Amino acid sequence: MDNSKINDRIKSEVTENPIMLYMKGTAMFPQCGFSARVVQILTHLGVPFKTANVLEDADLRDGIKQFSNWPTIPQLYVKGEFVGGCDIVTEMFQSGELQTMLEHNGITKAPTA
Amino acid sequence: MAMSAADIEALIKTALPDASVTVEDLAGDGDHYAATVVSEQFRGLPRVRQHQLVYAALQGRMGGVLHALALQTSAPD
Repeated sequence: MDNSKINDRIKSEVTENPIMLYMKGTAMFPQCGFSARVVQILTHLGVPFKTANVLEDADLRDGIKQFSNWPTIPQLYVKGEFVGGCDIVTEMFQSGELQTMLEHNGITKAPTA
Repeated sequence: MAMSAADIEALIKTALPDASVTVEDLAGDGDHYAATVVSEQFRGLPRVRQHQLVYAALQGRMGGVLHALALQTSAPD
């Protein structure tokens, strides 16, 4: 596996996308309950986010774990900063911290068509 | 293959001797746990760092033999 290549890919993804979620499955079809929960929270907040499916890419699955020093999927990045996995995101959502953090980063609800 | 709640607690306490640790077997299958860890070492650290300390205590088992461990961490009140 080419470590630097996958690192570069992750680095540019988390920089280019204000909210980047590494997950199992897709936003439409999550393939793990923990990933589904984070998608549900982001959808509920109505913020735009991009996802990458680690089940389709073994290099990415290993690479993201090393990149974040985090052993599990899902993993949420906001403005290039690692926020956490399902437990942390859920806790932050329930306490309102996640909403505050997104606002501070200038991320607001996507305009509804 | 699966780990017992006592194994998990012991590993965490070895790395964080001051911690108060509660481990709950959520599904009764030895595979899905929830742990609450309270340690002075978490004080002032962001949650990601707190969880990373616990994952480090588990020495790579998280995401491997240990499939699911819901974590709640905090510093003592």
